[in-house]
Amino acid sequence: MHIDATEKKWIYLTFLLTFAGMGVLAAYAVMDNIHPPSNVETVDSAALHLSKEFNEDALGVKREADGSIRVTMVAARYGFFPQKLVVPVDTPVTIRIASADVLHGIHTVQSNFNTMVVPGYVSEVNTTFQKTGVFPMFCNEYCGLGHDFMWARLSVVPKEKFKL
Amino acid sequence: MQSHADVAKLGLANFWIAFITFALAALLGLYQVLERSGMIPQLESVELYFGSVSSHGVIMGFVLTTFFIMGFGYWSAGTSLKMPVWNKRLAWFGFFLTLLGTAMAAVMLFTGQASVLYTFYPPLKASPIFYIGAALLVVGSWVWVLEMIMMMHKWKQANPGQPVPLIMFGTTANAILWFFTSLGVASEDLFQLIPWSLGWIETIDVGLARTLFSWTLHAIVYFWLIPAYLAMYTLLPRLAGGKLFSDEMARISFIMLLVFSVPIGFHHLYVDPMQADGWKFLHMIGTFMVAVPTLFTGFTVIASMEVAGRMRGGKGLFGWIKTINWDDPLVLAGGLSLLMLTVGGWGGLVNASYSMDVMVHNTQWITGHFHLIFAGTSVIMYFALAYHIWPKMTGRPLVSKSLAKAQLWLWFIGMLVLTLPWHVMGLLGQPRRISVAPYGNEVAKSWIPYEMAMVVGGVILTVSALMLIVILFGTHLRRATLEDREMAYAEPVEPVLRLPALLNGFGFWAAVITVYLIASYGYPILQFFLMDTHGTFPWSI
Repeated sequence: MHIDATEKKWIYLTFLLTFAGMGVLAAYAVMDNIHPPSNVETVDSAALHLSKEFNEDALGVKREADGSIRVTMVAARYGFFPQKLVVPVDTPVTIRIASADVLHGIHTVQSNFNTMVVPGYVSEVNTTFQKTGVFPMFCNEYCGLGHDFMWARLSVVPKEKFKL
Repeated sequence: MQSHADVAKLGLANFWIAFITFALAALLGLYQVLERSGMIPQLESVELYFGSVSSHGVIMGFVLTTFFIMGFGYWSAGTSLKMPVWNKRLAWFGFFLTLLGTAMAAVMLFTGQASVLYTFYPPLKASPIFYIGAALLVVGSWVWVLEMIMMMHKWKQANPGQPVPLIMFGTTANAILWFFTSLGVASEDLFQLIPWSLGWIETIDVGLARTLFSWTLHAIVYFWLIPAYLAMYTLLPRLAGGKLFSDEMARISFIMLLVFSVPIGFHHLYVDPMQADGWKFLHMIGTFMVAVPTLFTGFTVIASMEVAGRMRGGKGLFGWIKTINWDDPLVLAGGLSLLMLTVGGWGGLVNASYSMDVMVHNTQWITGHFHLIFAGTSVIMYFALAYHIWPKMTGRPLVSKSLAKAQLWLWFIGMLVLTLPWHVMGLLGQPRRISVAPYGNEVAKSWIPYEMAMVVGGVILTVSALMLIVILFGTHLRRATLEDREMAYAEPVEPVLRLPALLNGFGFWAAVITVYLIASYGYPILQFFLMDTHGTFPWSI
């Protein structure tokens, strides 16, 4: 085996860079508790209308006892329900979404809210919206020929203007 | 020359299928950018658009690549081992089986009965003929895998203790990589999609289907990329005017690519709800490990180019860059390819990052990223390899070297003009896989200038794609004959006389991958059989 001296330095540097990258990401995950949405929770997508959590009356924005906000949504071709949401800025929000039919995805610009919505599973995202304004929430996974037209509106309002 | 005759035929047959389907898919790409820009209202049609995107993706990702890689593999095996094809009938059977699968899938795609995109997306249901065609395409390609393994094995038997030629070593690594990685999509197709689309089973577990597809979805990129790396290691150094910097490091890189790239598909599922974050985190570590052989490759190839530049009289810190033989299309493509790999690779680090991915997941950024890595880095090398090999296969000299170089430059420029705006649009929130943006708000308005740039990029790329076809046909139709039809592979700076068995074979490494795959995918697949899951009925598009 022949390994050149410069090559050896590059090998060390490569491992150093790679492990440094992993270390930074691991540190953020552990210290700031940043994890992608991963709750591994099943649901019968064909019977959402009969479920306690995802029936039509239960959808929307609610305030929990600890002051945090809970949003319950259904994704179904070709819309998100409810289509308009109002949440307070700088407040912890838990969003739970289930699909009534096929695969969907949803993200909002200028936030880290981004999740797939997989039939048979509940998606749960914990985030805090840090900017006020009206933001589109797009379906970001091909769900059929009407996919382009599937979106919702999120209004992030100052805390004092938020009412339920 | 005698031993080249049959690999030349097999190689050419595969190459023609690859590039003709490529040209068709490139025209679909042009339609897609025009449709999406909204400039020509007559073109607007979601049915056509999603049929087109599905066809473009399947052809580019599965047809162009598989046929090109099979053709290149047969050619490399025959010319480097100086052996005829092992079991020639079987090789042709594999070719026709792959072609049959392709034709079945193509008919369904072109008639709008398989607009489920290249990633299939159950519970959207395509025609069963599409799924069966996809299965035949994969099974046909396994014949090629067996061929490559057997040819390397026969050569080693006949040449005990000798190092396997580097190009064959890398080709066999790629064949083994493809076998392992295609098991994911093959299982989804055979055990879920086909029986479900035929009505034999009522429902499908979409979580399981997505997990199985993710098994294939990342390593397939390395299946596409390895021929490009092989050209950079085994042909480019000599054509640039020098030698390969290190043969051993090349082998180590191929083994690392093989072992590290297969069991790491979960970054495609970072925001999927049916997999736990611990597994996602472990796959992130695995994904980052692939940066190691990629950086090794970058070093060895650039060092080889420096060797060439200095041997041709280049002086000083950067003087060697000018003296490299850029006149050769393959050397030029290698340089452009590495530039695109550098930009695309940085984007890839964002996608691979456990916490940063949510900023870009399923946005147009991703489309920009994989076009830069696949259509840029890999496919530009496929073009250059065709220019290098076509004359040797057909015995007719390339019709015009300057036209070939212009085609490569246009591809490079077009790809940057197309993909850099896509990255920006992704950061501005544009979701991927949309044909129109009917949102009417400030966010959607901010995308418009980038969409215009995208159209310009698409037009440049189409011109370049058509030039490729003209050059290949022009070469094929020439009357002139080429005297020198031998392939000359690059010599290493330090000749390799003996190699440890671990760097000259794959038995041990296949066992390592098996263990690693079971560790990384075993429980995440098993969990679907342990949980109380609810399957999903088929939906039409």
